[in-house]
Order: sequence, then C-alpha cells, then structure tokens
Amino acid sequence: MNINQNPIILNVDNLHASIQDTEILKGINLTVRSGEIHAIMGLNGSGKSTFAKVLAGHPDYHVTQGSIQYEQQDLLELSAEERAQAGVFLAFQYPIEIPGVANSQFLRLAYNTVQAKRGKEELDPLEFDDFVREKMKLLEMKPDFLDRSVNEGFSGGEKKRNEILQMALLEPKLGILDETDSGLDIDALKIVAKGVNHLHNTGNAIILITHYQRLLDHIVPDFVHVMEAGRIIKTGGKELALELETHGYDWIHNDQKRAAGAST
Amino acid sequence: MSAALQNLVNQPYKHGFVTNIESYVAPKGLNEETIRLISAKKDEPEWLLNFRLEAFQKWLTMTEPHWQNVKFPKIDYQAISYYAAPKPKNKLASMDEVDPELLRTFEKLGVPMHERAALAGVAVDVIFDSVSVATTYKEKLAEVGIIFCSISEAVHNHPELVRQYLGSVVPVGDNFFAALNSAVFTDGSFCYIPKGVKCPMDLSTYFRINTQDSGQFERTLIIAEEGASVSYLEGCTAPQFDTNQLHAAVVELVALDHADIKYSTVQNWYAGDENGIGGIYNFVTKRGLAKGVNSRISWTQVETGSAITWKYPSCILRGDNSIGEFYSVAVTNHHQQADTGTKMIHIGKNTRSTIISKGISAGKSNSSYRGLVRIAPTAENARNFSQCDSMLVGDQSGAHTFPYIQVRNNSAKVEHEASTSKIGEDQLFYLAQRGIDAEEAVSMIVNGFCKEVFQQLPMEFAVEATKLLSFKLENSVG
Repeated sequence: MNINQNPIILNVDNLHASIQDTEILKGINLTVRSGEIHAIMGLNGSGKSTFAKVLAGHPDYHVTQGSIQYEQQDLLELSAEERAQAGVFLAFQYPIEIPGVANSQFLRLAYNTVQAKRGKEELDPLEFDDFVREKMKLLEMKPDFLDRSVNEGFSGGEKKRNEILQMALLEPKLGILDETDSGLDIDALKIVAKGVNHLHNTGNAIILITHYQRLLDHIVPDFVHVMEAGRIIKTGGKELALELETHGYDWIHNDQKRAAGAST
Repeated sequence: MSAALQNLVNQPYKHGFVTNIESYVAPKGLNEETIRLISAKKDEPEWLLNFRLEAFQKWLTMTEPHWQNVKFPKIDYQAISYYAAPKPKNKLASMDEVDPELLRTFEKLGVPMHERAALAGVAVDVIFDSVSVATTYKEKLAEVGIIFCSISEAVHNHPELVRQYLGSVVPVGDNFFAALNSAVFTDGSFCYIPKGVKCPMDLSTYFRINTQDSGQFERTLIIAEEGASVSYLEGCTAPQFDTNQLHAAVVELVALDHADIKYSTVQNWYAGDENGIGGIYNFVTKRGLAKGVNSRISWTQVETGSAITWKYPSCILRGDNSIGEFYSVAVTNHHQQADTGTKMIHIGKNTRSTIISKGISAGKSNSSYRGLVRIAPTAENARNFSQCDSMLVGDQSGAHTFPYIQVRNNSAKVEHEASTSKIGEDQLFYLAQRGIDAEEAVSMIVNGFCKEVFQQLPMEFAVEATKLLSFKLENSVG
C-alpha cells in the first residue's frame, strides 16, 4: 500500500442504497485519490455492481443515507449524464445493444456532447474518424467496427473493447470497470488491460470491480477491498487479492474470527 | 425540448388556415341527390356520375368494418356535409404574421426556408418567389409530357385516361370506405407519366409548395406507362389540422411494363389531445397494380398523426417479375390507435415482395401490424420477405402483429420475421452514462430502429421524419 497525498477524487461516506425498497448497500466508506487504482472484489450479490451503478447514477437505485463527494461536488445532485460529463465513466458489465445505430455515430455523439460540456473542441465526422481510428489501434480493433450497430452482434471481447474505447474517448477522471474481465479470453484480457494501463495516469483514478485475481495480474491495484452484504469488510494492498485467490472468500471470515478471538 | 413545442406538434395549427368566405356548402347527409349535386357542381361527365352512383348503391349494402384492432364510436354518416366549394385561404401578408411557435417547429424540423412561407399559409409571392418556382416545375414536367394536376382538371382535360383507370385498382365496391370515397370524392391528384419517361424530379418537391386542401375524401390516381418511373410524396411533416374528423382517401397506382412507382407518405394529421379527445380518423385505401412485366410498386409510409389510422397500402403483382415493396414506420402516442400493414398479392411468375414494418407505441397507444401475403396458383417462384418489428416505449402501450399468409403454389418462398423490443431504462442509462441526454438518446434509439425505412424516403424528408419522430415521443420516456 503506497501513501498517496494526491487530491481526493472520490469520497464515499456511509453510503446506503436501495432498489424497490430492498437495501443493497449498507454503509460503504471509500476514499479514492487521483493516480490510484482500487479493486473491489466479492461474491455475487455482495453489492459490487450496485455500487458501480449508484456511482454512475442509475435511476433504479435510491440513495437512502450517506454521501458521495466527487471532485468537491455532491455527486448525488448530478444526473447520470451530468456525472458522465463531469468525468465519471462506467464500463458496463453487459454493454447494451442499440440496433441500427452505427457505432461511429454513437461514439461521436458521446464524444462531442462531453467535449461541449467541458468547453472543449468538438470534431466533425472526418476529424473524428481520424481521431477514433487512432484510439482503436490501442485496442487492436478492426476499422469495420465503426460501421456496425452499437454492440449488436459483438462478441464478448468486442463489447468490452468497445467499452474501453469509449473510456479512451471520454477521458474520465474516475473510471469504474464493472467486471470488464468477465467473458474475456486471455488474449482479449491482455489487450483490455493494456488499454486501461495506457489510459491510467496520475490525474485520474480507476475502480476495478472483479471476481477474480487474474485481471489484477495485468492491472495492478494500489488497494483491494472486499465487499460482502453491501459493505466493505476488508481493505488491503494487492496481496489481499492473492490471498483471496488462494484461500477463498471464507478465509476472510475465519481470518476475522481469528482476529476477533485474539483481541478478547 | 419544451413541452410547448410538443403540444404544438400534437395540436391544431389555427392561424393562417382560417377560411373567411365559404362559397357553397351542401346540406348535411348522404343520398342520391347529394351525389347528383356533387357531380353537377363539378360539371362532370355522365360516366363519372354513374361511377359515383354505382359506388353509392354498393355502399348502401355494406356495413362499417369493425374487424380491425381499433375502437371508435359509431360514425353518423348523415351528419357530414359532403360537398363544400373550395375555400380560399386567408393568406397572411408576411412571415412576421406567422405564429412564432410554428416557425420554431419548422426550425426544429429543418423545413427548407423557401418552403416555410407556403406551409405557413403566407401569400408566397409576397416574400419568396415560390410561385414562379412552381410554374417552372410545371413547365419542366409538361416538356416531357407528364400530366400532373388535380383529378377534377384531369376529368375535364384527360377524360379518356381517368375513365380507363379510375376504379381499376380499387373497385367502387372494394370496401365500405372506398365505396364511400368513390361516391363522394371531391378532389385529389392525378399524375400520368408517359412511355419511357423518368420523372425528372421527386414530385414531393413540387407538391410541398403547392399543398392544397383536397378535402376529406381525397382521390389520387397515378399511372406510369411502359418504362416510366416516378417518385411521389404525399403529406408533410408539419402538423396538419382539419375540422373533418373522418378522412377516407383512395389512392390507385398503375404501373405498366417496366414501370416504377415509388409512393412515399408522411402523415401527421391531428392526433387528438393527451386524453384521446378529438383527432382525425384516417381510413385509407391505397393500392398499386404492378400490371406489366418487370414493373415495381413501392410504398413507404411514416405514420405519426391521426387518432386512428386504418390503412394497408397494397400491391397486386400481376406482371411477371414484378416487385412490390412496403416500408412502414407507424408511431402512436397518448391514445392513438393504428392498424396498418399491407397486402402483397402475387399473381405473376417470379414476383417478389418485401415488407418492412416498424411500429413504435408510446403512452397508452396501440399499434397493430396486419399484413397479407397471398401467393396465387399462377405465381411460380414467388418470393416474399416480411419483417415486422415493434418497439414499446413505457409500459402502458401495446403492439400486435397479425400476419396472414396464403400460399397456393409450392414453388413459393415466404419468410416472416417478427420482433418486439422495448426502449429500456438500461438503454437510456447506457447512453446517459456516455453524456447523452434522454431526448437525444430516444431519438437515436428510435431512428436506429427505423433506419431501413427512412433510407427509402427522399433525403430531405428522411431528415425531417427523423426529427418528427423525436417530437412525437418527447416526454414519453423517463
């Protein structure tokens, strides 16, 4: 664990959130500084993906308690599109298909909308084409990919690469990757990881949500958090992920029991 | 977009179309006398009067159809006035007098500047020289022998053509509303493309700046002689209002050997208010006869208006190797009801038909696709491909598909695909997470859904239709 005194990008304090009156998040605390990579691990149903969606502003989830500060703003005051414009990016676990809409059209609209909101230059279709092709090289994507409908008929790997391409275009301050490794073979995983590492710098931060250690071999986290039943129950450095891989999630409970036993 | 603008799109436009002089309105009610009166007022030849009377006799024996998936109160046909002499429009003197809300609609729809004045009811020669533009068009068409005029003019100037083809595709007793139209139609359009002539422009361009009130029983007849081709556009994206609730039009197309007729419609009649009060009943019979070998009839429609839409633009593929196409987008919102589709009747050998139907239902509306594909015993090697997709917006709307397939020849190949999807929270959230707001997101999703149909529209209308759909669905999501 390194000591980082960079500015705080995200500060989550006692976050509680519900969907249809069922509480999923039950008091999350998390501080993310610029330049950091945080991994959030945990079993299915522990609330990892819900946390990602709440950060991104999914309308189905209601925050019932707690706060989220993002870059000195109250994130909960912002709509999903305002959060995106402000630099919060979620790479979806299951990217959504939009039949009939060319990927290039979608990417350009997203890029130009965000650029305009940030007071930056928008690109016309020709300029954008050059720009996006350059970014696509990073992810080893074929050019025909621009003409296909958004995510329609894409393989799992293509969908995930498309997510990282969008991240490359939108240059977020906070990138949240929700199980980006799921459904990827090892080659695709390496390409995606290379892309993420390339995009990561001291001015931004990344939250990786994953089940497995294997992604963390390629994108090395500064912190690993373990979630269970809507809370972060343990935080450690990158070695925590390795221990989880070796011993399984039950190990934490035993470990906590041991710790509890020792203290009495 | 503002709620005001949305209201505008769905509401009657009251300014600029006010009538101040009514020359003559027939008493309400329908009987043989009414029909004789209409025919006399229009100074029609006897054969046309007989055509009308025959239709009326058939109509008397028919009953209003109720098999379609729409509901409406009983129509009192004796409470309608069936003849009104053309009413002069109360022209505005300049664009400054046009309701600014309407101008904003044009702006949003991207209606070309030179057409806005005409559409808004401004005396066009005051501002723009559109009249001379229209004259230029007319001269250009006449040069190549194309006849394009009102059907009343055609009855007088080209009686042999009208007499030969009127009712040849939609017989006077075809159905209840077609019979009514045949008995009482007052005007409409006539278009004749002579042998070998490719119409040098989309007739849409001409039509838009010459929009005329054709009344509630409109009659259109288009004939393409051997080797001729024409692209015709009816309607307009700007909202249209009419005090007549019932509209029963008939459109007949005839394509001879190697002829090609492309007929596009953008329909945005008043749809009623949010609570389903008012709105036009649009009961239309449209049919094209691909009479000659290698002929083609292609229908493209974007139906966004009317309280009730009931229409099945159809193709009778009689000529060998003839082609029938139907591309449709039907959007319903609030309490609108649409029961629309097509009929592809394969008679000739190697006839081919394509049906692409996209239904979008929002609010509490209901949209049905109803289509018939019939392969006659004579139609060797006939092919049909049908694709009917429905999209639901919100959770109170309905979409239905009623495909009828009758195959009487073993060599036929008929394919039907159907799908129903929903604009989900997830799609909107995905786009929001990329910085795109709900309005743009819906527009993008819907236009992606309708792409195959919009590609068939003349360019400038495709752009407007795209925007029109976004209007129609405004505030229906999220």
